Amino acid sequence: MTDSPPIVRIRNLSKAYRRGSLEVPVLHDISFDIQNREFLSLMGPSGSGKSTLLNLIAGIDRADGGSILVEGVEITVLSETELAAWRAGSVGFIFQFYNLIPVLTALENVELPLHLSGLSKRERRDHARMCLDLVNLSHRLDHYPGQLSGGEQQRVAIARAIVTDPVLLVADEPTGDLDRVSAAEILDLMERLNGQLGKTIIMVTHDPRAAQRAGVLRHLDKGVLSDDDPAHPL
Amino acid sequence: MILRILFRNAFRNRLRAGLTILGITVAILAFGLLRTVVAAWYAGVEAASAARLVTRNAVSLVFPLPLSYKEKIRQIPGVRGVSWGNWFGGIYIEEKNFFPNFAVDARTYLDLYPEFIVPEDQLKAFLGDRKGFVAGRRIAAQFGWKLGDTVTLRGVIYPGNWDFVLRGIYRGKDKTIDETQFFFHWDYLNETVRRKFPGRADQVGFYMIGVTHPDLAAEVSSAVDDMFRNSLAETLTETEKAFNLGFISMTSTIVMAIQLVSIVIIFIIMAVVANTMAMTTRERIGDYAILKTLGFGGRHIAALIFGEALVITLTGCVLGMVLTFPVARAFADSLPNFFPVFNVSNETLALDVAASLLVACVAGIVPTRTAIRIRIADGLRRIG
Repeated sequence: MTDSPPIVRIRNLSKAYRRGSLEVPVLHDISFDIQNREFLSLMGPSGSGKSTLLNLIAGIDRADGGSILVEGVEITVLSETELAAWRAGSVGFIFQFYNLIPVLTALENVELPLHLSGLSKRERRDHARMCLDLVNLSHRLDHYPGQLSGGEQQRVAIARAIVTDPVLLVADEPTGDLDRVSAAEILDLMERLNGQLGKTIIMVTHDPRAAQRAGVLRHLDKGVLSDDDPAHPL
Repeated sequence: MILRILFRNAFRNRLRAGLTILGITVAILAFGLLRTVVAAWYAGVEAASAARLVTRNAVSLVFPLPLSYKEKIRQIPGVRGVSWGNWFGGIYIEEKNFFPNFAVDARTYLDLYPEFIVPEDQLKAFLGDRKGFVAGRRIAAQFGWKLGDTVTLRGVIYPGNWDFVLRGIYRGKDKTIDETQFFFHWDYLNETVRRKFPGRADQVGFYMIGVTHPDLAAEVSSAVDDMFRNSLAETLTETEKAFNLGFISMTSTIVMAIQLVSIVIIFIIMAVVANTMAMTTRERIGDYAILKTLGFGGRHIAALIFGEALVITLTGCVLGMVLTFPVARAFADSLPNFFPVFNVSNETLALDVAASLLVACVAGIVPTRTAIRIRIADGLRRIG
């Protein structure tokens, strides 16, 4: 156990989906903590509830019960507007299919979240350039997503995820759509973000090689969490 | 940034955007032309003066009134001037060459119609020539008449061939004035009728009365009709506007049908744009989910969808409005006898813009609601 308070504290979290009159439970009474600067990997078979758990922690889905405390903020009680504002400032997102806006250039995509920050145009541009430089894409600023390779698009997505300097980075299968070389580059980059910049990362993955890069590994199966890291017992 | 996304999104699928804009352009063009047809129908009513009255036989317009009424009417308080005339109904070469032709008391008639502008020298020549006539510049241009040309009309109401000499060409004070009319001297008609059909001499088809103030129109109308009540030829006096409207009312069903079709056109473009926006939104649900994930709210999503609908409809609207002018001109040139005044009015253009705004707003409602209400997780699942 660490002495500093956890950055994420989850207690008795549950979630079910409704298919017509049928209720399909996805998460059962999940409780665990994520420490500051932790690189957590969530693994599990398809349908185990790992993406749902990630979405709940990132505030893009609503839990049926339980509590999620992120940096002292109880996000389950926030209104939609409050939650959107919280996401904009506190969470960076990395998706399997990059999810860039196709009509915006790499620079514009990275700049996009800063439009809610109140920064001036010049400041926004400078921040976005700096982040693209960090992911080694300063030579692709004016390229559209369709003109970039999968690995490059994912690096743009990572730059977009960190541009607001969020406390949490959530990544849902970030290497799932990439070849082995590109996947390794992305994982290297995420390791760097965690190790050098101290970002707390929660990554959902199917890939054991990717999961090994994380400092903490947890398994989800049929909505129940198991702890593979003796350093962070439940 | 939202504006940048909006404009780039609008033309992301160029074929679909192009076809939708083409549809709106054609619809706005059709809407504009139909509204212009309706306006042209009412052009005579709109151009009518509130300070002019028309007196005719109370039984029907086809029955004449005695010429002797003019002095009695002139003495009624509030009357500024009196003129008179007859519908001649002559045919120029063949019946399809229709234009309105009247025998009028020229000096008093032109006094009451200052909107018909005849150059001073031409007016003098016209007043000095018993067989002279004045024609509107559009009709003169259409038939290639030049000053001094002799024009023969075949009389139907007044049988025989009637020769006239073109002494003046009038132009309208503004573009709402009919420039296809043909006036000649009532004295020429009356003298000839006296000779050929003595029983029909000294009869007029209508009196035009100028009142000193439009507020006196009702009072003077009543005074005229009261004066000739129980006479052999009772009168019916009404404002020029009401008189012209009486002709329009005979064709009100056609006008209503045209107006109905113009409204149907708006509903059709509404359906076309709504369909485009529904397809667009369905395709971009993932993009909207990303924006929501990044913290953008419902108002940003609404701005994107409504904005895109506005860009598409207003582009089509502007193209349609620009095209309306040459098409309307070609339409008017091909049917000069049906629509002597055929102008695309500012009101029609304003209606074009209003219709486009309405279409964009209505077309954006359902897609916006769908995009705002969809759960982010469901939206993100549509990607890949």
